[in-house]
Amino acid sequence: MKPSNYTILIVDDDPDYLIQAQARIKGFGYKTITAEGQKEAEALIEKMRPDLAILDLMMENEDSGFILCYKMKKRYPDVPIIILTGVTAETGISFDIQDDNNRRWIKADLFLDKGIRTERLREEMENLLGKK
Amino acid sequence: MPTLKILVVDDEPGIRGGVSRILRNFRVDYPFMEEAFDFIISEAATGEAGIQVIESNRPDILLLDNKLPGIQGIEVLEYIKRKQLSIIVVMITSYASLELAVKATSDGAYDFIPKPFTPQELKSSIENITKRVFLRKMTTRLHDTGKQIRFTFLSVLSHELKAPLNAIEGYLKMIRERQNGANLEDYDNMIDRSLERIRGMRSLILDMLDLTRVESGKAKRNLEELDLSQVALTAMDTMRPYAIQRSVTLKLLHDGPMLLLADAEEMEIIFNNLISNAIKYNIEDGKVDCYIERHEGCMQIKVVDTGIGMTQGDIEKIFDDFVRIKNDKTKNITGSGLGLSIVKKLIEQYAGKIEVVSTPDQGSTFILTLPIDKPCL
Repeated sequence: MKPSNYTILIVDDDPDYLIQAQARIKGFGYKTITAEGQKEAEALIEKMRPDLAILDLMMENEDSGFILCYKMKKRYPDVPIIILTGVTAETGISFDIQDDNNRRWIKADLFLDKGIRTERLREEMENLLGKK
Repeated sequence: MPTLKILVVDDEPGIRGGVSRILRNFRVDYPFMEEAFDFIISEAATGEAGIQVIESNRPDILLLDNKLPGIQGIEVLEYIKRKQLSIIVVMITSYASLELAVKATSDGAYDFIPKPFTPQELKSSIENITKRVFLRKMTTRLHDTGKQIRFTFLSVLSHELKAPLNAIEGYLKMIRERQNGANLEDYDNMIDRSLERIRGMRSLILDMLDLTRVESGKAKRNLEELDLSQVALTAMDTMRPYAIQRSVTLKLLHDGPMLLLADAEEMEIIFNNLISNAIKYNIEDGKVDCYIERHEGCMQIKVVDTGIGMTQGDIEKIFDDFVRIKNDKTKNITGSGLGLSIVKKLIEQYAGKIEVVSTPDQGSTFILTLPIDKPCL
């Protein structure tokens, strides 16, 4: 399928990051839809089903990304989810994604660092969309 | 200089040699680290040889290929997990083995470097790990000395400082790549947003300085007989341009001089924060009234606004470090999330208290009570 047939949901509470991520992903040819936080995203997925979601980890609360991920997987089990992190890997004290128990209930398909290179992000997205 | 030991387990000599070359002169620096880290690299061509090195000369970081001639990488990983060794493991994998990556992650692999990788990818992965190793050591140490809270604060701070940097960097890259074409005007929005983030960062740094001052305690405190109404008036004058811009009316209500033994700078910080919040979280054509009254044994300061207000849940959180209420109404308001935490800490040092009454969409009232006889703790 052509990228333009896919709609990518991007959720981040930093409006600037949202603009930039959107530009990046539009550049790959995908359609995008954005939400500025967990609550907005929850309202959005009531109305539409994205083909892939990219969620920030820390939004309203430090675990907003995880909770949103959980709710999305419950509603749309087949929609792949990428969680973007920045905090966890560096401080090692926030929500620990290496923890087995956390991993079990956080059903994200992929964790990526926010600083990921554009090309690699494109590959990871193609990979996840291709698997469906 | 502290040194971390890295072990590369890969059957391809090219990969092992490459890693050694790339990391030989690599250093990792971090604002909170006193010294830069460097690395010693050792190599093993098989999983069995790798385990021998792990036993004889334990590495801090293990770069592990999965496809090995004898036992597989995943088995080395299981060995480490079983023995509960504190080694950070990075799997070197190709995309073909995604299922393996999932298994490796659940066995405790920390990161993945896709094969083939660029020197930059390797370096940035090693950099992240180094920070993690450092912070892990720090956490243990700080925990021992009861400084955990300070540490949490620092890690949140580093996030707060990084977010605007990332945003600005992102815009600069988009501008450099000429993503909106050749006209400079088409980048105005990106430039404005970058400037806005820089402003936010500056105010965060200023708040940080206030906070450091508050926390370093009484040593520098300079107590004098102050007229609080004058302090309030100065704060209002400073803020007036901002209030006019937002069409908010400021009013100060008091009856004669309001004398209190206090530190002038600290009182300024308190009034500046409360009044600027009252303007910031107000509505167009809103009002801010500041009352100063003398009561039995104490001074009461009330800052009343006609702004967006808060819920009870919000009120419970606003005095914590870095807390900002995020909703549709506050979306375009910037701030460090430190102001009220600073105010509260200061007031406590004067043995005073702060209370909040608020109704969403009607406004908030902050009430400060400062004892007159017992000026500070």
